[in-house]
Amino acid sequence: MPEVVTFYLLAGTAVVASALVIGQRNPMYSVMFLIVAFAALAGLYIQLDAPFVAVAQIIIYAGAIMVLFLFVVMLLNAPQEDTEHDVRMHPFAGPGPMRFGALLALGLAAELGWALTRTPSEAGSFAVTPVSSVAAIGRSLFTEYAFAFEVTSILILVAMVGAVVLARREEPR
Amino acid sequence: MDLRFSVQLAIIGLTFFMLINASALLVLAERKIMGFMQQRYGPYLVGPHGLLQPLADILKLLMKEELRPKGADKWLFTLAPILSVTAAFAAFATVPWGGETTFFGLLDTPVKLGVADINVGLLVVFAITSMGVYGIVLAGWASNSKYSLMGGLRASAQMISYELAYATSLAAVILLAGSLSLREVVDTQAGTWFGFIPRWLVFLQPVGFIIYVIAGVAETNRAPFDFPEAEQELVAGYNTEYSSVRFALFPQAEYINMATMSAVATDLYLGGWHGIPLLDAYGLSWVTFLLKVGAILFTYIWMRWTLPRYRYDQLMAFGWKFLFPLSVINLIVTAALVLYFNA
Repeated sequence: MPEVVTFYLLAGTAVVASALVIGQRNPMYSVMFLIVAFAALAGLYIQLDAPFVAVAQIIIYAGAIMVLFLFVVMLLNAPQEDTEHDVRMHPFAGPGPMRFGALLALGLAAELGWALTRTPSEAGSFAVTPVSSVAAIGRSLFTEYAFAFEVTSILILVAMVGAVVLARREEPR
Repeated sequence: MDLRFSVQLAIIGLTFFMLINASALLVLAERKIMGFMQQRYGPYLVGPHGLLQPLADILKLLMKEELRPKGADKWLFTLAPILSVTAAFAAFATVPWGGETTFFGLLDTPVKLGVADINVGLLVVFAITSMGVYGIVLAGWASNSKYSLMGGLRASAQMISYELAYATSLAAVILLAGSLSLREVVDTQAGTWFGFIPRWLVFLQPVGFIIYVIAGVAETNRAPFDFPEAEQELVAGYNTEYSSVRFALFPQAEYINMATMSAVATDLYLGGWHGIPLLDAYGLSWVTFLLKVGAILFTYIWMRWTLPRYRYDQLMAFGWKFLFPLSVINLIVTAALVLYFNA
C-alpha cells in the first residue's frame, strides 16, 4: 500500500511539474519546474529498485539544467522577452506554422493513445536483470547495447562539434 | 518501537547535530587559525578564549532585519538559501562516519555509524553535491544585482568545470575498491601492507588524492578558488543582497560542504575509521575518523590563509587544460593496472 501512495505522489508531481514547465511565462521558473520533474522521476526509479539509474538521472540532468540556466540568463534576457507584442510577432505565430504544430500535437496524442492501449505482453518482454547492480548495467551496456551506446556517443560528439563551430568567433584576416 | 529503529533514529539525529555544530565550530576555527597565522589572537572576548563566539555570531544574525531588494524575484530569492543548505545536509546522508559499535555493550548487536548505507552511496554524495550549486546560481540570479549575477555565473562555470576532474578522480577509487558503497570502500582499506604501511588508498592513488582535494576546494568555493564571492571584485558575490538568517544559511552550507568533502576524502583515501587499533578495540573507531577529518579541515583553512586567489582565466585554464586531462590519465593508468593485476 505505501508503494501505491508514493507512486501516485511521485507520478503526480512529475506530471504537474512537467505541465508547469511549459505553462510558465518566466523561463527561469520553467527550468526550476524541470528540476522538480526530474527529481520526481528519480524517485520513481528508486521505487523500481534502480537506484543507479535514479542517481545517474540526477547527476546528468543537474549538469544539463545548469547549462540551460546559463542559456536563459545569457541569451533569452528573461523575463522581459515574453511580452504580448513578441508573442504576436513570433515567427511561429503565423497560420502555417500553427497548423503544422497542431498536426504534430495530434500525431503525438495518437501515438500516446496507441501506446497506452497496448497490453504489456504485446509491448515485448524485457530481460529481467538486476538493474540495481552497477556491474550488470555496465556489462549489458558494453555488450548487448554496445551499438546504441556508440551511436549515442557519436551523436553527442556531433553536437559538441556543432557548438564549437557556432560559438567560435570569426578570425580577423 | 523496537530498539534498533530508535537507535538508528538517534544516529541520524546525532549526524544532523554534528553537522550543525561543525558549521559553527568551523567558523570559530577559521577565525582562530587565521588569527594565529597573522600573529594575533582572533576572537577572544565571548567566553573563555572566545569559545562562545559562534553563539554570539548566530544570535547577531538572527536579530538582524531580513531585507529583500525590490527588484528581486520573490520566490527564488527565498528558495535559494534553503536549497543550498538542504543539499549540504542531504549530501552527508550516505557518508559513514564510524565502524560497528555496541556503545560499550549497551546494545546486543553492533550498529553501523552513519545515516544510510546503500550500494550507490558515493554517487548519491556526488549527485546531491552538484545540486548544491543551484542554491548559489539561483541566489545570484534572483537578487537582480550585477555583482550577485556575476558571482552566480562564476559559480556555475567553476562547478561544471571542476566537477569533471572531481568525478574522474572518484572513478579511479571505485575501480580500485570495486564498489560504489562508501562503507565497502572503507572496509577494503583495513589492515596494513608489509605490516607497517596502512592499506590506505592514498598510497595507491596519490595523484587522484591531490586532484580530489584541489577539485574539492573549488567545488566548495573556498580560497584560492572563491570566485563566486571574490570580495575585491564582486562586493560579496552571490550573497551580496542577502541579510540575516537567509545570509547565514550560505556560509553554513559552505562549511557543511567542507565537512562532507573532508569526510568523503577520509573514507575514500585515508582509510576511514581504520588506523588506530586501540580505539577500534573499544568501539571508538569514530574518534579516528573525526581526527582525520579534523586534519583535512585544518588543511583547508590553512590553504585559505596561505594562498592568494587565482585570476579567473587561470582558474578555467587550470581546470580544463591541466586538472581534467591529468585525472583522465590517472583513471586510464589505474584501469590498466587493475586489469593487469586482476587478470
